[in-house]
Amino acid sequence: MRVLGIETSCDETAAAIVGPDGIESDVVHTQEVHARFGGVVPELASRAHVEKLGVVVRAALEQAGGAPPDAVAATAGPGLIGAVLVGLSWGKALAAGWAVPFVGVHHLEGHLLSALLEPSAPDFPFLGLVVSGGHTTLYLARGLGDYQVLAQTVDDAAGEAFDKSARLLGLGYPGGPRIDALAAHGDPRAVSFPRPAPGGLDWSFSGLKTAVRTHVLSSSRASDEDVCASFQAAVVDCLLDRVQRAAEQTGVRRVALCGGVAANRELRERAAALPKLQVYLPARSRCTDNAAMIAGAGRLRLLRGERHDLDGVARPSWGLA
Amino acid sequence: MRERLVCATEAQTLALGVALGSDAFAGMVVCLNGPLGAGKTVLTRGLARGLGLSGTISSPTYQLVAIYEGGRLPLWHADLYRLPEGADLQDLALDHAMEGVLVVEWAERSPEELPSEHLWVDLEILSHGRALTFQARGRHYHATVERLGDLRR
Repeated sequence: MRVLGIETSCDETAAAIVGPDGIESDVVHTQEVHARFGGVVPELASRAHVEKLGVVVRAALEQAGGAPPDAVAATAGPGLIGAVLVGLSWGKALAAGWAVPFVGVHHLEGHLLSALLEPSAPDFPFLGLVVSGGHTTLYLARGLGDYQVLAQTVDDAAGEAFDKSARLLGLGYPGGPRIDALAAHGDPRAVSFPRPAPGGLDWSFSGLKTAVRTHVLSSSRASDEDVCASFQAAVVDCLLDRVQRAAEQTGVRRVALCGGVAANRELRERAAALPKLQVYLPARSRCTDNAAMIAGAGRLRLLRGERHDLDGVARPSWGLA
Repeated sequence: MRERLVCATEAQTLALGVALGSDAFAGMVVCLNGPLGAGKTVLTRGLARGLGLSGTISSPTYQLVAIYEGGRLPLWHADLYRLPEGADLQDLALDHAMEGVLVVEWAERSPEELPSEHLWVDLEILSHGRALTFQARGRHYHATVERLGDLRR
């Protein structure tokens, strides 16, 4: 079964085809309109999705040989309602036009299962760390649709801590890649940043952001490279500490990383080096929002026989587990 | 009507939020302003507890809006941090929040897009603790600010 996936829940307008042999095409258009404003503009985001989606879907179909797919999957939530509706409505209309089945996909299930699109994919059960600007959650994925939250942030997401700390350092937006680049030339022991443990396996990154602020305003401010290296080491320590403890508690040794922060160089290197764990890392280009992950997750559900009515609605706040 | 309260600890900011949430009414709008790390999300977490919500209240910076149901009133938690100044908020569908409580972080970025009657809160970072100034904008909020002032006495 060849599935067209569509993703418009945030800043990326994306379409992709995934078939039995894997990814046939994967087209992502990132909205430059946001870079100009230094952030997302909800109304512009929806309009830009409307303007770009036709071109993006056509490119995905052409790159995959031009034949219509056997089914369509689109992100149905969570996300900005206006933005989600663009892709969802397009997906339903295409499915109706081609007279093929349709499924709505949970954006985070797409991320969580993105490791399954790689040549070396984990079997269930596996631990899935979804770590991005909006999310920091560790799931136990027992099977398709059978997920348990083992840990989550009680305040800021890890990617948000990167972006806000970069803003405090005056590094600009997006902050993650800039901190990553500077950290490579800094000393991770230069500044002692906190590694909070709010209870259980949960994370807290809000205090880390405040600690960066306090340090930046202090009289003994270290170089940007050293601050970035120390900050990044603290975030990665916290993330991997919980992953290791979750693996010990559950006995599950397979770990998949996904989401935008999974593109971070230090997180990837140190995760891959964790003893006793098999770590699965998606290609860096597929850590951020894309439609291949939506096509992939949708395809698994379609193969299981799931079909959604065309009158299904967008779900702006949809829980995964 | 205005009250300035100093919170020495995060727990005190949280407790102030709980008091605010216990006092919340349908249609209440709370605008939070202050630098990164001033405690806007902490105050909102307290407010959620005061509404009887027990789950995690995390930062809505990336989602822009998070909706929590299951408390005495639904809580809409919005964050304008990533938006340009004066952005049109129509797509956030905040008008749907009017049957519950709407909290807006970084409200100063688009004040004219928000309901004209609201509770305006400025959070300042002090060398030890935080100062929170509550301002009633609209007669519905006078009693709220008065009761918050009573907490100090």
